[in-house]
Amino acid sequence: MKKIMIIILVMATIVSCQSTTKKDSTTNKVSLTAAGATFPMPFYNMVFKMYADKAGTSVTYGGIGSGGGIRSLSDKVIDFGATDAFIEDDKLAEMPAEVVHIPTCMGAVVIAYNLPGVDGLKLSPELLEKIFMGEITRWNDEQIAANNQGITLPAQNITVVYRSDGSGTTQIFSDYMSKISSKWAEKVGAGKSLNWPVGMGAKGNPGVAGTISATTGTIGYIGSEYSFSMKIQTAQIQNKAGNYVEPDIASISAAAQGNIPADTRVMLTNSDHPEAYPISAFTWIILYKEQAYGNRTIEQASATVKLLEWLISPEAQSVAEKVHYAPIPQPTVEKAKAILKSVTYKGEPIL
Amino acid sequence: MNSDKITRIVLLLVSVLILVIAAGMVFSLVDGAIPAFQKFGLKFIFSNNWDPTQGRENYGALPFIAGTLITSVLALLIAFPLSFSTSLFLGEYFKKTRIAKVVSTMVDLLAGIPSIVYGLWGFYTLRPIMIKFGIGDQGFGIFTASLILAIMIIPYATSLSNEIISMVPADLKEAAYSLGATRLEVIATVTVPAARSGIVAGYILAFGRAIGETMAVTMLIGNSNVIPKSIFDTGNSMASLIANQFGEADGLKLSALIAIGLILFILTGIINSIGKFIIKKMS
Repeated sequence: MKKIMIIILVMATIVSCQSTTKKDSTTNKVSLTAAGATFPMPFYNMVFKMYADKAGTSVTYGGIGSGGGIRSLSDKVIDFGATDAFIEDDKLAEMPAEVVHIPTCMGAVVIAYNLPGVDGLKLSPELLEKIFMGEITRWNDEQIAANNQGITLPAQNITVVYRSDGSGTTQIFSDYMSKISSKWAEKVGAGKSLNWPVGMGAKGNPGVAGTISATTGTIGYIGSEYSFSMKIQTAQIQNKAGNYVEPDIASISAAAQGNIPADTRVMLTNSDHPEAYPISAFTWIILYKEQAYGNRTIEQASATVKLLEWLISPEAQSVAEKVHYAPIPQPTVEKAKAILKSVTYKGEPIL
Repeated sequence: MNSDKITRIVLLLVSVLILVIAAGMVFSLVDGAIPAFQKFGLKFIFSNNWDPTQGRENYGALPFIAGTLITSVLALLIAFPLSFSTSLFLGEYFKKTRIAKVVSTMVDLLAGIPSIVYGLWGFYTLRPIMIKFGIGDQGFGIFTASLILAIMIIPYATSLSNEIISMVPADLKEAAYSLGATRLEVIATVTVPAARSGIVAGYILAFGRAIGETMAVTMLIGNSNVIPKSIFDTGNSMASLIANQFGEADGLKLSALIAIGLILFILTGIINSIGKFIIKKMS
């Protein structure tokens, strides 16, 4: 018995020694915790790693979804959150303190499909409505054919694939659908998860992308970075100006050329710009305007704000393109900088 | 203090800790589910409308309860002939032969495969076969999910029943043989009746596993939140819905998901008690 007790004692000392040495080494460098959207995760992973090498601030980012990011911020367990859908006014009022939004990059939701030999499918808002409402059920339907002359469409059933998990991607897509179709707005609506009229669900962007690329006759919506890197067929969508636009970095950026409000909380879907891809969106990092909460130190607060300032700088924004996101246009960067300048620690501005 | 006393205290503490953890889980499930039940009452269980859109939120668990029960029962029905034959093969006909050892190792190996691997295999191998036979919408659906579940639960049902069957006392069987019974008659009238409580326990265990399975089901069931009209239709199960939706859920929706978790928990409890009751009755 004595032996066992001695062993336990020794083990306890070893463990406690280890934990104290760990603490000592991390107090020199600031480490931040963040969580939220999975959509911009490839971009964040890359830039956070660059920033750790550059400035010594390491960031642990958990891709737990936009809703999880907002919840974690409201529980005050993270330094900042990330979300694909800005927090609505009523939810913003429910947060324990004032929260600000910093846009970090732009992406799009693309309409991906799998029809071997059929490239450059053109879809108008009317066709999108009818396909996703289940009113057009065959690929060789006259209405699709009339819009795509010169293309032979197969006599096959259309299978709609959607996100089975709650998702900012679904939010962006359904926001666009609600804008172009009153029927959709009334029967389905906009949100992170929906009561879908037809089709089947797959989990996550990789799940939808995988299902579409493995099954002919499918159509669905996925985050642009997945379609760009996986080279899935994507449809050209008719924008508000009537032009058929392919999703690429230029056409996504064009969607943000219009008027952006000072707090940057805006949906960019169905943009007026003639070259804009109509299902484009910002993705945001969210943080408290007053950074002194919980046990946070001034070091953590200033590291957070400095990181975000760097994130919208040209150096970090140029990385966005490499991982298939569109950079934030300059006028919006200025607005984001003004927001960062308003962030305080115990009432004192940090920047 | 002598070592005996210390051991007793440590054992007591550990057992109480497990009890506290279990009670804490039940408490947090009930606590989290209250808003959903307050809002929808019993309609939560019997409504088939799951609409998370803001402004007209309505949550009904029936499609998922149905999906879970249909896939699990179907999986059990598909697994039964396979696993029962295998356990007879291993525990009776080819007891202690080399081939039995090989088969039983393979069966145990099936139990060790992670469910995501089953899901992947189902997605890339089983589903194209389903498409070829024209089953389900693009090969997804209740039937495909049940088939993969059946394969997953075979080892649970097989290894327990095989163990019990091989433990049936030789005297009993020899007595039957001495009365002139054939081998099949011995199995039907002596071996299986003597081993039945253990066999039932094996299938209950397997059923419980099928009910809670998440990953492989979510990849194959189609995830459409409606009551399936046939076994070739797409649907969704309780575990799969929770895994899919909780990440982005808050407010009433989160409560509805926790309530579904509670229903799943109660359902598993009911099935376990039915199993215990049957075992008690039989032995």
